[in-house]
Amino acid sequence: MRPETDRVKTLGLEVPGWTGHRAGQHVDVRLTADDGYQAQRSYSIASSAGGSRVELTVELIDDGEVSPYLTEEARVGDRFELRGPVGGYFVWDPNPGGPVLLVGAGSGVVPLMAMVRQRAADGDEVRTRLLYSARSWEDVIYRDELERAGQRGDGLEIVYALTREQPPGWTGYGRRVDRELLAEVVPDELALTFVCGPTPFAEAVAEALVGLGHEPSRIKTERFGPTGG
Amino acid sequence: MPIISRGFKGRKRDDAPRDRVPPGQYVTDDFPVLSAGPTPHTPLDQWDFTIVGEVDEVHRWTWDELRALPSETITVDISCVTKWTKLDMVWEGVPVDALLDGVETSAEYVTAFCDGGYTTNLPLADVTGGRAWIAFAYGGEPLEPEHGGPARLLVPHLYFWKSAKWVRGLRLTATDEPGFWESNGYHIYGDPWKEQRYWGD
Repeated sequence: MRPETDRVKTLGLEVPGWTGHRAGQHVDVRLTADDGYQAQRSYSIASSAGGSRVELTVELIDDGEVSPYLTEEARVGDRFELRGPVGGYFVWDPNPGGPVLLVGAGSGVVPLMAMVRQRAADGDEVRTRLLYSARSWEDVIYRDELERAGQRGDGLEIVYALTREQPPGWTGYGRRVDRELLAEVVPDELALTFVCGPTPFAEAVAEALVGLGHEPSRIKTERFGPTGG
Repeated sequence: MPIISRGFKGRKRDDAPRDRVPPGQYVTDDFPVLSAGPTPHTPLDQWDFTIVGEVDEVHRWTWDELRALPSETITVDISCVTKWTKLDMVWEGVPVDALLDGVETSAEYVTAFCDGGYTTNLPLADVTGGRAWIAFAYGGEPLEPEHGGPARLLVPHLYFWKSAKWVRGLRLTATDEPGFWESNGYHIYGDPWKEQRYWGD
Protein backbone atom coordinates (compact mmCIF):
# COMPACT_ATOMS: atom_id res chain seq x y z
CA MET A 1 0.00 0.00 0.00
CA ARG A 2 1.33 3.42 -0.96
CA PRO A 3 -0.04 6.83 0.02
CA GLU A 4 -0.23 9.12 -3.01
CA THR A 5 -1.71 12.23 -1.41
CA ASP A 6 -3.52 12.99 1.86
CA ARG A 7 -6.69 11.43 0.50
CA VAL A 8 -5.47 9.00 -2.10
CA LYS A 9 -3.85 5.62 -1.69
CA THR A 10 -2.62 2.98 -4.10
CA LEU A 11 -3.28 -0.65 -3.26
CA GLY A 12 -1.26 -3.38 -4.92
CA LEU A 13 -3.32 -6.53 -5.25
CA GLU A 14 -2.17 -10.06 -5.94
CA VAL A 15 -4.94 -11.57 -8.02
CA PRO A 16 -4.66 -15.32 -8.52
CA GLY A 17 -5.72 -16.26 -12.03
CA TRP A 18 -5.67 -12.69 -13.35
CA THR A 19 -5.58 -12.91 -17.13
CA GLY A 20 -4.43 -9.35 -17.77
CA HIS A 21 -6.22 -6.17 -18.72
CA ARG A 22 -6.09 -3.18 -21.04
CA ALA A 23 -5.11 0.25 -19.77
CA GLY A 24 -8.26 2.22 -18.96
CA GLN A 25 -10.35 -0.72 -17.79
CA HIS A 26 -11.83 -0.96 -14.31
CA VAL A 27 -12.65 -3.62 -11.76
CA ASP A 28 -15.46 -4.04 -9.29
CA VAL A 29 -14.41 -4.41 -5.67
CA ARG A 30 -16.85 -6.27 -3.45
CA LEU A 31 -16.58 -6.13 0.33
CA THR A 32 -18.48 -8.47 2.63
CA ALA A 33 -19.09 -7.75 6.32
CA ASP A 34 -19.15 -10.64 8.79
CA ASP A 35 -22.97 -10.49 8.86
CA GLY A 36 -23.07 -11.03 5.09
CA TYR A 37 -23.76 -7.40 4.15
CA GLN A 38 -22.05 -6.51 0.87
CA ALA A 39 -21.07 -3.32 -0.90
CA GLN A 40 -19.39 -2.97 -4.27
CA ARG A 41 -17.91 -0.13 -6.30
CA SER A 42 -15.92 0.24 -9.50
CA TYR A 43 -12.31 1.42 -9.54
CA SER A 44 -10.05 2.14 -12.46
CA ILE A 45 -6.95 0.01 -12.74
CA ALA A 46 -3.84 2.16 -12.31
CA SER A 47 -1.20 -0.32 -13.41
CA SER A 48 -0.15 -1.48 -16.82
CA ALA A 49 -0.88 -5.07 -17.74
CA GLY A 50 1.53 -7.78 -16.68
CA GLY A 51 1.50 -10.71 -14.30
CA SER A 52 -1.00 -11.25 -11.53
CA ARG A 53 -0.51 -7.89 -9.86
CA VAL A 54 -3.16 -5.19 -10.21
CA GLU A 55 -2.87 -1.74 -8.70
CA LEU A 56 -5.88 0.36 -7.77
CA THR A 57 -5.61 4.01 -6.76
CA VAL A 58 -8.49 5.00 -4.52
CA GLU A 59 -9.57 8.44 -3.37
CA LEU A 60 -11.27 8.72 0.00
CA ILE A 61 -14.89 9.85 -0.37
CA ASP A 62 -15.99 11.21 3.02
CA ASP A 63 -19.50 9.80 3.00
CA GLY A 64 -18.48 6.80 0.93
CA GLU A 65 -18.77 3.20 1.92
CA VAL A 66 -16.02 1.30 0.13
CA SER A 67 -13.34 3.97 -0.30
CA PRO A 68 -13.00 4.67 3.48
CA TYR A 69 -12.39 0.97 3.98
CA LEU A 70 -9.83 0.71 1.18
CA THR A 71 -7.95 3.88 2.12
CA GLU A 72 -8.14 3.75 5.93
CA GLU A 73 -8.92 0.25 7.14
CA ALA A 74 -7.42 -2.22 4.68
CA ARG A 75 -3.98 -3.59 5.56
CA VAL A 76 -1.40 -5.67 3.77
CA GLY A 77 -2.64 -9.26 3.70
CA ASP A 78 -6.36 -8.44 3.70
CA ARG A 79 -8.49 -10.17 1.08
CA PHE A 80 -11.54 -9.10 -0.84
CA GLU A 81 -13.34 -9.99 -4.04
CA LEU A 82 -12.48 -8.49 -7.40
CA ARG A 83 -14.47 -8.71 -10.62
CA GLY A 84 -13.03 -7.74 -13.95
CA PRO A 85 -11.42 -6.37 -15.94
CA VAL A 86 -14.44 -4.51 -17.28
CA GLY A 87 -14.93 -2.10 -20.15
CA GLY A 88 -13.86 -2.18 -23.76
CA TYR A 89 -14.23 1.44 -24.85
CA PHE A 90 -12.25 3.76 -22.60
CA VAL A 91 -9.07 1.80 -23.28
CA TRP A 92 -5.65 2.73 -24.61
CA ASP A 93 -5.28 2.30 -28.34
CA PRO A 94 -1.69 1.52 -29.36
CA ASN A 95 -2.44 2.63 -32.92
CA PRO A 96 -4.41 5.85 -32.54
CA GLY A 97 -3.37 7.23 -35.93
CA GLY A 98 -1.77 10.37 -34.53
CA PRO A 99 -1.10 12.24 -31.31
CA VAL A 100 -3.16 11.44 -28.23
CA LEU A 101 -4.44 13.85 -25.61
CA LEU A 102 -5.19 12.61 -22.09
CA VAL A 103 -7.15 15.03 -19.91
CA GLY A 104 -7.73 14.20 -16.27
CA ALA A 105 -8.94 16.01 -13.16
CA GLY A 106 -8.27 14.80 -9.64
CA SER A 107 -8.44 11.04 -9.35
CA GLY A 108 -9.62 11.01 -12.97
CA VAL A 109 -5.93 10.70 -13.75
CA VAL A 110 -5.94 7.06 -12.61
CA PRO A 111 -7.02 5.31 -15.84
CA LEU A 112 -4.89 7.80 -17.79
CA MET A 113 -1.90 6.80 -15.66
CA ALA A 114 -2.52 3.19 -16.63
CA MET A 115 -2.27 4.36 -20.25
CA VAL A 116 0.92 6.31 -19.59
CA ARG A 117 2.41 3.23 -17.92
CA GLN A 118 1.23 0.87 -20.65
CA ARG A 119 2.69 3.14 -23.28
CA ALA A 120 6.04 3.17 -21.46
CA ALA A 121 5.97 -0.60 -20.88
CA ASP A 122 5.35 -1.18 -24.57
CA GLY A 123 8.12 1.19 -25.62
CA ASP A 124 5.40 3.03 -27.51
CA GLU A 125 6.49 6.48 -28.67
CA VAL A 126 3.17 7.78 -29.98
CA ARG A 127 3.09 11.49 -29.22
CA THR A 128 1.01 11.86 -26.07
CA ARG A 129 0.14 14.89 -24.02
CA LEU A 130 -1.29 14.51 -20.53
CA LEU A 131 -3.17 17.55 -19.23
CA TYR A 132 -3.72 17.05 -15.52
CA SER A 133 -5.89 19.36 -13.44
CA ALA A 134 -5.47 19.25 -9.66
CA ARG A 135 -6.15 21.68 -6.85
CA SER A 136 -2.55 22.01 -5.75
CA TRP A 137 0.84 20.34 -6.25
CA GLU A 138 0.20 18.33 -3.07
CA ASP A 139 -2.96 16.95 -4.68
CA VAL A 140 -1.13 15.67 -7.75
CA ILE A 141 -1.24 11.88 -7.68
CA TYR A 142 1.86 10.03 -8.97
CA ARG A 143 3.82 13.28 -9.11
CA ASP A 144 7.34 11.82 -8.85
CA GLU A 145 6.64 9.15 -11.42
CA LEU A 146 4.99 11.67 -13.73
CA GLU A 147 7.94 14.03 -13.40
CA ARG A 148 10.29 11.24 -14.47
CA ALA A 149 7.98 10.03 -17.24
CA GLY A 150 7.75 13.54 -18.68
CA GLN A 151 11.54 13.79 -18.91
CA ARG A 152 12.21 10.52 -20.70
CA GLY A 153 12.02 12.13 -24.11
CA ASP A 154 9.83 9.38 -25.54
CA GLY A 155 7.12 11.66 -26.83
CA LEU A 156 5.19 12.05 -23.58
CA GLU A 157 4.59 15.58 -22.40
CA ILE A 158 2.84 16.51 -19.17
CA VAL A 159 1.01 19.78 -18.62
CA TYR A 160 -0.42 20.65 -15.22
CA ALA A 161 -3.21 23.02 -14.32
CA LEU A 162 -3.23 23.77 -10.57
CA THR A 163 -6.55 25.40 -9.92
CA ARG A 164 -6.34 26.61 -6.31
CA GLU A 165 -2.77 26.88 -5.18
CA GLN A 166 0.54 26.95 -7.01
CA PRO A 167 3.99 26.44 -5.52
CA PRO A 168 6.49 29.34 -5.65
CA GLY A 169 8.00 29.73 -9.08
CA TRP A 170 5.24 27.68 -10.74
CA THR A 171 5.51 27.80 -14.51
CA GLY A 172 2.53 25.58 -15.39
CA TYR A 173 -1.05 26.72 -15.63
CA GLY A 174 -2.61 28.17 -12.48
CA ARG A 175 -6.23 28.04 -13.51
CA ARG A 176 -9.05 25.81 -14.58
CA VAL A 177 -9.04 23.91 -17.83
CA ASP A 178 -11.23 25.78 -20.29
CA ARG A 179 -11.50 26.18 -24.04
CA GLU A 180 -8.75 28.78 -24.23
CA LEU A 181 -6.35 26.60 -22.26
CA LEU A 182 -7.24 23.55 -24.34
CA ALA A 183 -6.60 25.49 -27.53
CA GLU A 184 -3.03 26.03 -26.33
CA VAL A 185 -2.48 22.46 -25.16
CA VAL A 186 -4.13 20.34 -27.85
CA PRO A 187 -1.42 18.78 -30.01
CA ASP A 188 -1.44 19.41 -33.76
CA GLU A 189 -3.20 16.67 -35.72
CA LEU A 190 -4.84 15.33 -32.58
CA ALA A 191 -6.19 11.85 -33.32
CA LEU A 192 -7.74 10.68 -30.07
CA THR A 193 -8.64 12.13 -26.67
CA PHE A 194 -9.42 10.48 -23.35
CA VAL A 195 -11.11 12.64 -20.72
CA CYS A 196 -11.70 11.46 -17.16
CA GLY A 197 -12.91 13.48 -14.22
CA PRO A 198 -15.96 14.72 -12.34
CA THR A 199 -19.01 15.22 -14.53
CA PRO A 200 -18.82 19.04 -14.88
CA PHE A 201 -15.14 18.78 -15.81
CA ALA A 202 -15.66 16.02 -18.38
CA GLU A 203 -18.67 17.82 -19.84
CA ALA A 204 -16.77 21.11 -20.15
CA VAL A 205 -13.65 19.57 -21.67
CA ALA A 206 -15.53 17.40 -24.17
CA GLU A 207 -17.72 20.32 -25.17
CA ALA A 208 -14.75 22.65 -25.58
CA LEU A 209 -12.90 20.10 -27.74
CA VAL A 210 -15.95 19.73 -29.98
CA GLY A 211 -16.12 23.53 -30.13
CA LEU A 212 -12.47 23.58 -31.23
CA GLY A 213 -13.40 21.36 -34.14
CA HIS A 214 -12.48 17.91 -32.88
CA GLU A 215 -14.47 14.93 -34.03
CA PRO A 216 -16.90 13.93 -31.22
CA SER A 217 -16.44 10.22 -31.90
CA ARG A 218 -12.69 10.61 -31.20
CA ILE A 219 -13.29 12.03 -27.73
CA LYS A 220 -13.76 9.27 -25.17
CA THR A 221 -15.01 10.29 -21.76
CA GLU A 222 -15.41 8.77 -18.37
CA ARG A 223 -17.38 10.79 -15.83
CA PHE A 224 -17.71 10.23 -12.13
CA GLY A 225 -19.41 11.70 -9.10
CA PRO A 226 -21.09 13.46 -7.41
CA THR A 227 -21.74 10.22 -5.58
CA GLY A 228 -19.37 7.35 -5.44
CA GLY A 229 -18.00 5.50 -2.71
CA MET B 1 -19.00 -18.44 0.11
CA PRO B 2 -17.83 -14.84 -0.15
CA ILE B 3 -14.57 -13.70 1.41
CA ILE B 4 -15.23 -11.76 4.62
CA SER B 5 -13.43 -8.43 4.46
CA ARG B 6 -11.77 -7.99 7.85
CA GLY B 7 -12.94 -4.81 9.54
CA PHE B 8 -15.59 -3.96 6.96
CA LYS B 9 -18.89 -2.98 8.52
CA GLY B 10 -20.63 -0.96 5.82
CA ARG B 11 -23.37 1.53 6.29
CA LYS B 12 -26.26 0.89 8.59
CA ARG B 13 -28.57 -1.67 7.06
CA ASP B 14 -32.03 -0.23 7.55
CA ASP B 15 -31.82 2.89 5.38
CA ALA B 16 -32.88 1.33 2.09
CA PRO B 17 -35.99 -0.69 1.27
CA ARG B 18 -34.32 -3.92 0.15
CA ASP B 19 -37.30 -5.00 -1.94
CA ARG B 20 -36.70 -1.95 -4.10
CA VAL B 21 -32.92 -2.05 -4.30
CA PRO B 22 -31.47 -4.77 -6.56
CA PRO B 23 -28.49 -6.82 -5.39
CA GLY B 24 -25.15 -5.01 -5.33
CA GLN B 25 -26.75 -1.57 -5.59
CA TYR B 26 -26.72 1.37 -3.17
CA VAL B 27 -29.28 4.15 -2.95
CA THR B 28 -28.29 7.65 -3.97
CA ASP B 29 -30.12 10.98 -3.92
CA ASP B 30 -27.94 12.37 -6.69
CA PHE B 31 -28.43 11.88 -10.39
CA PRO B 32 -24.99 10.86 -11.67
CA VAL B 33 -24.06 11.26 -15.32
CA LEU B 34 -22.32 8.60 -17.37
CA SER B 35 -21.63 9.03 -21.05
CA ALA B 36 -18.95 7.64 -23.31
CA GLY B 37 -18.39 10.85 -25.27
CA PRO B 38 -19.34 14.50 -25.64
CA THR B 39 -22.94 15.54 -25.06
CA PRO B 40 -24.68 16.15 -28.42
CA HIS B 41 -26.86 19.22 -28.92
CA THR B 42 -29.29 18.71 -31.79
CA PRO B 43 -31.60 21.69 -32.37
CA LEU B 44 -35.25 20.72 -31.95
CA ASP B 45 -36.13 21.88 -35.47
CA GLN B 46 -33.64 19.34 -36.81
CA TRP B 47 -34.70 16.59 -34.44
CA ASP B 48 -36.87 13.68 -35.45
CA PHE B 49 -37.70 10.23 -34.20
CA THR B 50 -37.91 7.35 -36.63
CA ILE B 51 -38.82 3.70 -36.55
CA VAL B 52 -36.83 1.86 -39.19
CA GLY B 53 -35.50 -1.60 -40.01
CA GLU B 54 -37.86 -4.53 -40.45
CA VAL B 55 -40.96 -2.42 -40.87
CA ASP B 56 -43.60 -1.97 -43.54
CA GLU B 57 -42.50 1.65 -43.94
CA VAL B 58 -40.38 4.16 -42.05
CA HIS B 59 -42.39 5.95 -39.39
CA ARG B 60 -41.25 9.44 -38.50
CA TRP B 61 -42.20 12.11 -35.98
CA THR B 62 -40.84 15.63 -35.71
CA TRP B 63 -40.28 17.04 -32.22
CA ASP B 64 -43.62 18.85 -32.32
CA GLU B 65 -45.40 15.74 -33.56
CA LEU B 66 -43.90 13.62 -30.81
CA ARG B 67 -44.78 16.16 -28.15
CA ALA B 68 -48.34 16.33 -29.46
CA LEU B 69 -48.86 12.65 -28.63
CA PRO B 70 -50.46 11.80 -25.30
CA SER B 71 -47.76 11.54 -22.65
CA GLU B 72 -47.61 9.87 -19.26
CA THR B 73 -46.00 10.75 -15.96
CA ILE B 74 -44.01 7.79 -14.66
CA THR B 75 -42.56 7.41 -11.15
CA VAL B 76 -39.96 4.66 -11.11
CA ASP B 77 -36.82 3.39 -9.42
CA ILE B 78 -33.73 3.40 -11.65
CA SER B 79 -30.64 1.24 -11.29
CA CYS B 80 -27.36 2.01 -13.03
CA VAL B 81 -24.78 -0.71 -13.65
CA THR B 82 -22.25 1.54 -11.86
CA LYS B 83 -24.11 0.50 -8.66
CA TRP B 84 -26.35 3.47 -7.89
CA THR B 85 -30.09 3.15 -7.55
CA LYS B 86 -32.29 6.20 -7.35
CA LEU B 87 -35.81 5.79 -6.01
CA ASP B 88 -38.98 7.52 -7.14
CA MET B 89 -37.65 9.29 -10.21
CA VAL B 90 -40.45 11.21 -11.89
CA TRP B 91 -40.37 11.26 -15.68
CA GLU B 92 -42.71 12.36 -18.40
CA GLY B 93 -42.76 10.70 -21.77
CA VAL B 94 -44.61 9.13 -24.65
CA PRO B 95 -45.16 5.38 -24.30
CA VAL B 96 -43.22 3.43 -26.92
CA ASP B 97 -46.44 1.45 -27.43
CA ALA B 98 -48.01 4.56 -28.93
CA LEU B 99 -45.18 4.84 -31.47
CA LEU B 100 -45.24 1.16 -32.41
CA ASP B 101 -49.00 1.14 -32.71
CA GLY B 102 -49.75 0.54 -36.38
CA VAL B 103 -46.19 -0.52 -37.25
CA GLU B 104 -46.20 -3.81 -39.14
CA THR B 105 -43.20 -5.94 -38.24
CA SER B 106 -42.05 -9.47 -37.67
CA ALA B 107 -39.03 -8.25 -35.68
CA GLU B 108 -38.40 -9.53 -32.18
CA TYR B 109 -35.68 -7.08 -31.17
CA VAL B 110 -34.97 -3.38 -31.34
CA THR B 111 -31.84 -1.30 -31.42
CA ALA B 112 -32.25 2.20 -30.07
CA PHE B 113 -30.04 4.64 -31.97
CA CYS B 114 -28.95 8.04 -30.82
CA ASP B 115 -27.20 11.30 -31.58
CA GLY B 116 -23.51 10.75 -30.94
CA GLY B 117 -23.66 7.23 -32.34
CA TYR B 118 -24.71 5.37 -29.20
CA THR B 119 -26.82 2.24 -29.61
CA THR B 120 -28.40 -0.29 -27.29
CA ASN B 121 -30.35 -3.46 -28.03
CA LEU B 122 -33.47 -4.80 -26.37
CA PRO B 123 -36.09 -7.46 -27.01
CA LEU B 124 -39.15 -5.84 -28.57
CA ALA B 125 -41.20 -7.26 -25.70
CA ASP B 126 -39.21 -5.10 -23.26
CA VAL B 127 -40.19 -1.83 -24.91
CA THR B 128 -43.87 -2.71 -25.32
CA GLY B 129 -46.66 -3.49 -22.89
CA GLY B 130 -46.27 -0.25 -20.94
CA ARG B 131 -42.63 -0.88 -20.06
CA ALA B 132 -40.81 1.83 -22.02
CA TRP B 133 -41.17 5.50 -22.89
CA ILE B 134 -39.53 8.24 -24.91
CA ALA B 135 -38.94 10.59 -21.99
CA PHE B 136 -38.54 14.33 -22.49
CA ALA B 137 -38.95 15.63 -18.94
CA TYR B 138 -37.51 14.76 -15.56
CA GLY B 139 -38.67 16.20 -12.24
CA GLY B 140 -41.16 18.40 -14.09
CA GLU B 141 -38.44 20.09 -16.16
CA PRO B 142 -37.27 19.51 -19.74
CA LEU B 143 -34.65 16.79 -19.74
CA GLU B 144 -31.19 18.36 -19.55
CA PRO B 145 -28.72 17.52 -22.32
CA GLU B 146 -26.28 15.79 -19.97
CA HIS B 147 -29.10 13.50 -18.85
CA GLY B 148 -30.09 12.71 -22.42
CA GLY B 149 -32.22 15.64 -23.48
CA PRO B 150 -34.09 16.51 -25.51
CA ALA B 151 -35.31 12.90 -25.23
CA ARG B 152 -34.07 9.57 -23.99
CA LEU B 153 -35.45 6.09 -24.03
CA LEU B 154 -36.69 5.10 -20.58
CA VAL B 155 -36.75 1.39 -19.74
CA PRO B 156 -36.85 1.38 -15.95
CA HIS B 157 -36.82 -2.39 -15.44
CA LEU B 158 -33.35 -2.76 -17.01
CA TYR B 159 -29.98 -1.23 -16.11
CA PHE B 160 -29.94 2.41 -17.07
CA TRP B 161 -27.55 2.07 -20.03
CA LYS B 162 -30.54 0.56 -21.85
CA SER B 163 -32.37 3.87 -21.37
CA ALA B 164 -30.45 5.40 -24.26
CA LYS B 165 -29.75 9.13 -24.02
CA TRP B 166 -30.31 11.42 -27.01
CA VAL B 167 -32.42 8.74 -28.66
CA ARG B 168 -33.44 9.38 -32.25
CA GLY B 169 -35.19 6.19 -33.15
CA LEU B 170 -35.69 2.46 -33.00
CA ARG B 171 -34.40 -0.02 -35.56
CA LEU B 172 -36.44 -3.21 -35.53
CA THR B 173 -34.35 -6.32 -36.08
CA ALA B 174 -34.94 -10.04 -36.44
CA THR B 175 -32.00 -10.91 -34.22
CA ASP B 176 -30.53 -9.49 -31.01
CA GLU B 177 -27.66 -7.27 -32.19
CA PRO B 178 -25.30 -6.10 -29.42
CA GLY B 179 -25.22 -2.32 -29.04
CA PHE B 180 -22.44 -0.07 -27.77
CA TRP B 181 -21.92 -1.27 -24.20
CA GLU B 182 -23.18 -4.74 -25.06
CA SER B 183 -20.19 -4.98 -27.45
CA ASN B 184 -17.85 -3.58 -24.80
CA GLY B 185 -18.18 -6.06 -21.96
CA TYR B 186 -21.70 -5.41 -20.71
CA HIS B 187 -24.55 -7.88 -20.55
CA ILE B 188 -26.77 -8.40 -23.57
CA TYR B 189 -29.99 -8.01 -21.53
CA GLY B 190 -29.17 -6.23 -18.26
CA ASP B 191 -31.73 -7.24 -15.63
CA PRO B 192 -30.71 -5.55 -12.34
CA TRP B 193 -32.59 -8.11 -10.23
CA LYS B 194 -30.50 -10.90 -11.78
CA GLU B 195 -27.40 -8.70 -11.56
CA GLN B 196 -26.72 -9.07 -15.27
CA ARG B 197 -23.95 -6.50 -15.39
CA TYR B 198 -21.24 -7.98 -17.58
CA TRP B 199 -20.55 -10.69 -20.12
CA GLY B 200 -20.83 -14.01 -18.34
CA ASP B 201 -23.34 -12.85 -15.69
